[in-house]
Amino acid sequence: MEITFEHVTHSYNPNSPTANLGLDDVSFKIQDKKFTAIVGQTGSGKSTLVRHINALLKPTSGTITVGDRVITPETNNKNLKPLRKQVGMVFQFPESQLFEDTVEKDIMFGPMNFGASADDARESAHKMIKLVGLDESLLEQSPFDLSGGQMRRVAIAGVLASDPETIILDEPTAGLDPVGRQEIMDLFKSLQQDGKTIILITHNMDDVANYAEEMAVIHRGKLIAQGIPQEVFNNQELLKEDLLTLPKSAAFAKELTEKGFSFEKLPITINELGTEIEQQLNGD
Amino acid sequence: MDKIILGRYLPGDSLVYRLDPRGKFLLTFYFVGIVFLANNVASYAFLLAFVIFAVFLSKINFGFFLKGLKPVFWLILFTVALQLLFTPSANPLWHWGIFTFSKEGLVIAGYIFIRFILIIFISTLLTLTTTPIEISDSIESILKPLKKIKFPVTQVALMLSIALRFVPLLVDETTKIMDAQRARGVDFGEGGLIKRIKSFVPILIPLFVSSFSIAYDLAIAMESRGYKDGEGRSKYRVLSWDRRDNIMVIFMAAVTGILLFLRSY
Repeated sequence: MEITFEHVTHSYNPNSPTANLGLDDVSFKIQDKKFTAIVGQTGSGKSTLVRHINALLKPTSGTITVGDRVITPETNNKNLKPLRKQVGMVFQFPESQLFEDTVEKDIMFGPMNFGASADDARESAHKMIKLVGLDESLLEQSPFDLSGGQMRRVAIAGVLASDPETIILDEPTAGLDPVGRQEIMDLFKSLQQDGKTIILITHNMDDVANYAEEMAVIHRGKLIAQGIPQEVFNNQELLKEDLLTLPKSAAFAKELTEKGFSFEKLPITINELGTEIEQQLNGD
Repeated sequence: MDKIILGRYLPGDSLVYRLDPRGKFLLTFYFVGIVFLANNVASYAFLLAFVIFAVFLSKINFGFFLKGLKPVFWLILFTVALQLLFTPSANPLWHWGIFTFSKEGLVIAGYIFIRFILIIFISTLLTLTTTPIEISDSIESILKPLKKIKFPVTQVALMLSIALRFVPLLVDETTKIMDAQRARGVDFGEGGLIKRIKSFVPILIPLFVSSFSIAYDLAIAMESRGYKDGEGRSKYRVLSWDRRDNIMVIFMAAVTGILLFLRSY
């Protein structure tokens, strides 16, 4: 499903003295079945942007097209379920959405709301708990007895259980340990390779470099850059104004350049950096 | 949430903002009391003029006060209608079964209408120009004499300021949880009554769970910063009573005097 934003503006508390612009004339396209990262400083409007994709927020002006569904300021709250089934959303700290008395019921909650039968939902719960790397025996436990990391995985499983075509992730790894981080990110990458569209909001540029195929930079509600990470990280203007930071590998490569190395294209992942250095050392 | 004006603070700067919150708080209650002294057209007109003058001094857009009426609009309408139709009278203008419509009823309904407006406007003025934390400081300061009867004033004040501090946080949390459940296919405000009530379970349980965990974390953080009980703590936010506040009290006394005069006029 291709997602298109056309001149989308969103104002919070319109027509009041506390009105402020969450999004300011944003137009861009999120490609089907790709891994898109959205970055920007805190409060830049990233979360506001993605909440438009499943119509949790509606634009003040402009239109958003999700597949064959068009969201305009006039879109009403009826009949949004088909859209929300297609667009799964993992919020920041999603563990705070758990409420059922067992993990199984909580994972089944989403599919059941979207009209799945109890048997299908249960089957899906059993599949998803394994997918997120937890043991099936946890299904009978209360979600509130789990550890923070396990709760996060259960919450993610609950979103994936509805089998959405597009998955939006709002900093899904915030507060996780490094191993957990990598596992979760690898899971999303593999889902994308199986044909899902992934949209990731993150502050972690290494994740952007390692996983994303497309990236967009938001600043004060405006889209200021878009493209493949390789190119965007080469945008000197953004770097100079501190609107963007480099992934660790790229930052290291830059320091190497000052010491006499030269890279044809900026290595943004550790593998690229390793290969480049190896080649240059052997070549000399 | 955005539509309720009563009880909300609006940042601004004018004479009314700079007054001591304790004075504003007490005088607002005092004003609500003296509204009931008014008994004729002249006295009501005078009070209305006073409230409009106070609103003018605050430099807040008048539209906000009108918006403040919205949530209680039906209550006002209901009360006024009852007065219009059920005031007993010797010579009614119109009479049908239990309903009577008379000149006296019309006058009383008019008074009640103005009374509502006065009370709502003045309390909206207090909350629009006073931060919640100022209000809780005022309550602490006003309750201080109750220490004599072993009432835990400092603890209550701390509870109040923590409660106020967490209102916006819990509102955010609620919105977030609602969004998350909506994304999982919950429809709030759709279907029959039972279905609607049931749809609140996925909000309320996470909300209570997170409130408990916030409370627990906050208590630990407070203890680790040396908090033992309310006693012996100094105060960082100090309220100051100055000349302006004295003028306000004198002004209110004058208002009361004129009101008493107009009443017997």
